[in-house]
Amino acid sequence: MASFWDAYLWPGVVVVAQCLAIIVPLLIAVAYLTLFERKVMAAMMLRRGPNVVGAFGLLQPFADGLKFLVKETVIPSGANKVVFIIAPMLTFVLAMIAWAVIPVSAGVVLSDINVGVLYLFAISSLGVYGIIMAGWASNSRYAFLGALRSSAQMVSYEVSMGFVIITVLLCVGSLNMTKIVEAQHGLWFAIPLLPMFVVFFISTLAETNRHPFDLPEAESELVAGYHVEYSAFAFALFMLGEYANMILMCAFTTILFLGGWLPPLDIAPFNWIPGFIWFLIKIVILLFVFVWVRATLPRYRYDQLMRIGWKLFLPLSLLWVVLTAGAIVAFGWYPTAS
Amino acid sequence: MVIQQIAFYLFSFVAIASAFMVIAARNPVHSVLFLILTFFNAAGLFVLLGAEFLAMILVIVYVGAVAVLFLFVVMMLDINFTELRHGFLQYLPVGAAVGIVLMIELLFVLGTWITAPEAKLGGESPISATATNTHALGQILYTDYVYLFQGAGILLLVAMIGAIVLTLRSREGVRRQSASEQTGRRRADAIEIKKVAPGQGI
Repeated sequence: MASFWDAYLWPGVVVVAQCLAIIVPLLIAVAYLTLFERKVMAAMMLRRGPNVVGAFGLLQPFADGLKFLVKETVIPSGANKVVFIIAPMLTFVLAMIAWAVIPVSAGVVLSDINVGVLYLFAISSLGVYGIIMAGWASNSRYAFLGALRSSAQMVSYEVSMGFVIITVLLCVGSLNMTKIVEAQHGLWFAIPLLPMFVVFFISTLAETNRHPFDLPEAESELVAGYHVEYSAFAFALFMLGEYANMILMCAFTTILFLGGWLPPLDIAPFNWIPGFIWFLIKIVILLFVFVWVRATLPRYRYDQLMRIGWKLFLPLSLLWVVLTAGAIVAFGWYPTAS
Repeated sequence: MVIQQIAFYLFSFVAIASAFMVIAARNPVHSVLFLILTFFNAAGLFVLLGAEFLAMILVIVYVGAVAVLFLFVVMMLDINFTELRHGFLQYLPVGAAVGIVLMIELLFVLGTWITAPEAKLGGESPISATATNTHALGQILYTDYVYLFQGAGILLLVAMIGAIVLTLRSREGVRRQSASEQTGRRRADAIEIKKVAPGQGI
């Protein structure tokens, strides 16, 4: 019995505790990201934003969550019930499980697998299923159009994202997330690979269906796109998934280009601050840019969106892969991590 | 090891059950969703084998890209479900024949492992203790099989160009946007200021 405890039960308890240690702060972060977004947009539009529930509106996310919980869940009579219910759960679960490979600080990661980048890329490419299933199962024109737009958009931008990731991997020589961060000691990849950083960031905007690429839920033409038929907690799951994906993509960008948990300079006042604080600061800065973009730019037309993805980003990232590989071979800058 | 065995039986049971549901489901969209579940469980089996690179590539390529296009096509098609089931008996012999041929081939493979145990040594893919999956694959693909690998790439490129050529058509009377032309437009190109004398016009 003791061996059974040592071999299975105790590791199981530890893993569950670690999962909770990731998911609970993540959900709180998602809740406050909604408030952050509303506050920042309000400031940019010279409004006040939510300021009634709690001091400075700090309890607003919980009020919203409570409202989602007590509302009635409506399932349209023409909907395909099973798929209709699975779709938001899938979106939410995929947004959560991707965090298993994100290193928050040196060695602080749930699962340090050696194909971490591929895992993250695979999970983010699965995100399209939640949306396409929701759009189809709703049996509604608006929802279906939104789902079609979203899947075409996500598949298109994944191609150039893949090439950007390859560029980074060429400089690292490993698919492990921790090694990618450690390879950026001294010089973050955002500096030598600046064009790729920009391409990747814009692609993450498209990948998370955010402004200015939020055509899947363009409210002026599609009401709310793929989640137009959803109500109550199913809708809340979509929202949680969408915002968790935003944080995830910012974390991914931070790890690939902004040196993860590394301080900007490895000197006295900077390296007193623990790694995960730096990681958080970088994520918050990127999230601020997400919100800033939303408050500033108008929505792209669909053909312009496709043009950027296929005619600008794809050739540019492909060219950069060739250039990086050529430079590595020509100057003998072979990566040391393996 | 118990956990691995439980995981193996779970993945394989779900894979087989969902593969059966692919052909048994009445709704074609459900079939595609079950197909995706099958792919996913196959990826799980790859992970159990220690082939995590292949598992991730399976998910990225098949689940993330190919199955999305399948789903697209199946959703957009206007299918008459009753007519579809009429054809079932008609296609059953061909499908069954393909299935039986595949099963016999698999039996042959398994049979060799029993009748000739030394063949098993060459067939197994040992997990290298030192190199990671990705390095091991790269070292084989880019050295011993580099020409075959490039040949496969060219084959795919030709297929892609063929598909583009077949579907490319330039329609008449479509006004296309030229972004460089628009952004390259200057004030002098668009605006002209004229002094208009009263009562004369231009």
